[in-house]
Amino acid sequence: MRALLAGARIVAAHALRESLRRRVFVVVLGLTLAFGALYAWGVNELFSDLDEFGGSPFLDAETLAGATILGLAMFGTLFLGVVLAVFLTLNAVRGDAERGLLQPMVVRPLGRGAYLLGRWAAAATVSATYVVVVFLGGVLLTKLVGGYAPDRIVVPALELAGAVAIISAVALLGSIALGTTANGIGVLMIFGAGLLVGLLGSIGDALGSETLTDVANVASWALPFEGLYRDALFQLVADASSRGGITGALVQLGPLGGSHDNPALFPVFCVAYAAVVGAVALLAFRRRDL
Amino acid sequence: MPAALQVDGLVKRYGAQTALHGVDLHVDAGELVGLLGPNGAGKSTLTKIACGLVHPTGGSASVAGHPAGSTEARTAQGYLAELFRFPGWATADEVMVLHQRLAGSAKGAAERDDLLGLVGLDDARGRRVEKMSKGMQQRLGIAQALVGEPRLLLLDEPTSALDPAGRRTVRDLLVEVQRRGVAVLLNTHLLSEVELVCDRVVIIDHGSVVTAGRPDDLVRPRGVEVETAVGTRIVAGAGRADAPRIVADLVAAGEQVYGVRVLSSTLEDVYLDAVGESETARTGGAA
Repeated sequence: MRALLAGARIVAAHALRESLRRRVFVVVLGLTLAFGALYAWGVNELFSDLDEFGGSPFLDAETLAGATILGLAMFGTLFLGVVLAVFLTLNAVRGDAERGLLQPMVVRPLGRGAYLLGRWAAAATVSATYVVVVFLGGVLLTKLVGGYAPDRIVVPALELAGAVAIISAVALLGSIALGTTANGIGVLMIFGAGLLVGLLGSIGDALGSETLTDVANVASWALPFEGLYRDALFQLVADASSRGGITGALVQLGPLGGSHDNPALFPVFCVAYAAVVGAVALLAFRRRDL
Repeated sequence: MPAALQVDGLVKRYGAQTALHGVDLHVDAGELVGLLGPNGAGKSTLTKIACGLVHPTGGSASVAGHPAGSTEARTAQGYLAELFRFPGWATADEVMVLHQRLAGSAKGAAERDDLLGLVGLDDARGRRVEKMSKGMQQRLGIAQALVGEPRLLLLDEPTSALDPAGRRTVRDLLVEVQRRGVAVLLNTHLLSEVELVCDRVVIIDHGSVVTAGRPDDLVRPRGVEVETAVGTRIVAGAGRADAPRIVADLVAAGEQVYGVRVLSSTLEDVYLDAVGESETARTGGAA
């Protein structure tokens, strides 16, 4: 086990150094700053319009506006984090093998398990750190510019981190069988499909359609990054939702996929899910001829 | 001491296609063995099985007495793939540091200095891979393969993309590597390389070993060529030992002898006999 972890650390450090030297992080930082600036501008405009709206006794407009725009920011953050996770892993095995980068590494004593673990650790660490930092930045901007603070901060941040870590594992698994382009497209389509099903679940909730709700719930378990995202949305407005009324109902709908609280054991399931994906990836990688 | 590489009855099938049909081969400690054969003969598959990149369908391969692909075997081997690439952003020194870490070598800068010096890259240690010529990258590849003092070096077409000067450099390197006691399995198309540096030759075709032996043992005498005042003649079937007698007979017969040359088949003749000229022509094989 010590050798496995030591090997994984070497591979992860190499992957991170590669991203640093290829200026991946510089590009990501630049785009994120642009995203933050646009977001701050949007929050400012939104809450300025709220002041003109004047308010209603039946609707907490500030909560609705704050939860909606922060929910949108969270979607954007997750999307960027997923793109980062996918691009850091999509060519880890087959893509790198076709380019001749993989073979010199895996013939070394560290072994294929350490290689996979290292690649996953690098991608998951970078993308999880990224989504946490950007989410917290979004929360801060929303508070400073609009004066709105979500009901929960830590749990949604951790759930976003978990979501991108799972996506990293799925992309790594895909990289064993699929070429770079096919894997990237496949994983992003799975991600999009998960979000779409979540949105359908919200519509199902609103319309009272058990079928749509069941489909969304099954998707949350089959694609747990979607379940984590929906629960993160729910955590943003956990108190507002429980107060009921029009505001509670509207914030529960959420932007781009409705909020939905998960069972208490869902995080454990997510860890197990990632472990199973990792085990399948290792099995497939060990059997693969290079 | 176990053989550096021992291969017994190795079989590899890719679906319906059989790449190796029960290959037997060994490389002794410190021995330099050339693996020859046309394209698609199974040379690369054999090399990849030996270093654990490809799983055999049947038979066995071991490196320094350990099953191929095991941690112990991977510790005892160095490998340079035919189509390899190092990260373009990394310097030669960084590539070496990475492989020292991967190989668990604790020899640090001294080992890097030694190996980069061995391949003539001591002045290019700070140069990025993307700024190196193909020949320099090939030499860097050999240096990284030697990290961790392997007992067996597996080289898959290490000179295929090099110019004559680059090939000569690699040949000299192989001699030096062998002098250090490292066994080498050299998979190549270039018969001249094998003829010049290898202790033994194994020719493989259609996934089977068709000829094996020392280069000197494989070539056959083709006669003695004698240049006299009336022209050049060849005494077919004669060998080196017959040359003095042939010259003496001619002189005794009153002929003037200006030159004598013992003719023997080349490794190329041996190779073509083994794999067939038509096959070579079809595949565009050996040079």
